[in-house]
Amino acid sequence: MSWIENRFEEGMIITSVDWAINWGRKSSIWPMTFGLACCAIEMMAVGASRFDIDRFGAGAFRASPRQADLMIVAGTVTYKMASRVKRLYNQMAEPKYVMAMGACTIGGGPYFKHGYHVVKGVDLVVPVDIYVPGCPPRPEALLEGLMRLQDKIQHQSIARDRWTGAKKDAFAAATV
Amino acid sequence: MTPEEIADILKDKFGDKLTGQKFETAHPHVVVARDAWHEVAVFLRNDERLKFDMLRCISAVDLLEDEQFEAVYDLHSTNGALNAAQNWTERHEFCVRVRVPRDKPHIDSVADVWIAAEWHEREAYDLMGIVFDGHPDSVEGPQGPHPRRILCPDDWVGHPLRKDYVFPMEYNGIPAVTEHGQTRPIH
Repeated sequence: MSWIENRFEEGMIITSVDWAINWGRKSSIWPMTFGLACCAIEMMAVGASRFDIDRFGAGAFRASPRQADLMIVAGTVTYKMASRVKRLYNQMAEPKYVMAMGACTIGGGPYFKHGYHVVKGVDLVVPVDIYVPGCPPRPEALLEGLMRLQDKIQHQSIARDRWTGAKKDAFAAATV
Repeated sequence: MTPEEIADILKDKFGDKLTGQKFETAHPHVVVARDAWHEVAVFLRNDERLKFDMLRCISAVDLLEDEQFEAVYDLHSTNGALNAAQNWTERHEFCVRVRVPRDKPHIDSVADVWIAAEWHEREAYDLMGIVFDGHPDSVEGPQGPHPRRILCPDDWVGHPLRKDYVFPMEYNGIPAVTEHGQTRPIH
């Protein structure tokens, strides 16, 4: 939760500020360069000119988690990698979002039953905002996931807690 | 050279250290006793007729019914020169198997004979639990030194490709088995 969130009651000014902040956030979702397996190939295709994720302002793949807003977990997360995924997530600055791309990342995929080394869904490690199914997903599916994430960001409000959606009393929040 | 000829050379030199052989198969091989394996490996590499200078791979087999593990060494010789068709004029391949009991799976490391064995032995230890004694990249374990793990995390318990391997319920706080009504954590 960022410093500005959950400190105000909803009103005409707040909703206008919300609109501006959310417009800025959703129009420049910078993803992290983070490909783990074959899904990363589709992610690269999305970044290239044919599908062009830059149309949505999300084409600036950052090489550092500290500059990124979105972690696209593209590929099989092994137990060995899970601690690194968690650390990278913790290094990202708020507001941060996670997209689980592909069957392995959503729930273990083909490794669910007999894969001894695969985390059965990256949501066991980090909180996930958007799930993009597929093995691997088509680039269009990833773009769809990005648009749904933009919808999600558009409906955020600084008067609500981002994680729980709860409205808090402004004065109570100020005295904390 | 045919596998039978190679086996004859080995038999002249080592005799009863060869405990088995099979040639009527797609993968002709001999079985070498565990205590003679390093000596045989040096001979296979250095002998002028054989000159197996390349270790293709080490496969580990879990013979659960026989209470044994088996390490399968695929050898290849690039002896000779390239001819006009860009093929080696003389090359042959061979397979040696070493069997060890499951309760004491120790084989002498051949990483000093073929450098390729270094990471193959680490992998065989990691996934099947065959301990290669004298491995250059050994770490200390509860049952003495063993090769360092290569694929699984260093603190992993067990050897996943054994037939009697039991899947962990949890690894470092991450639920590993989700079939038994496992609920997702609330972050």
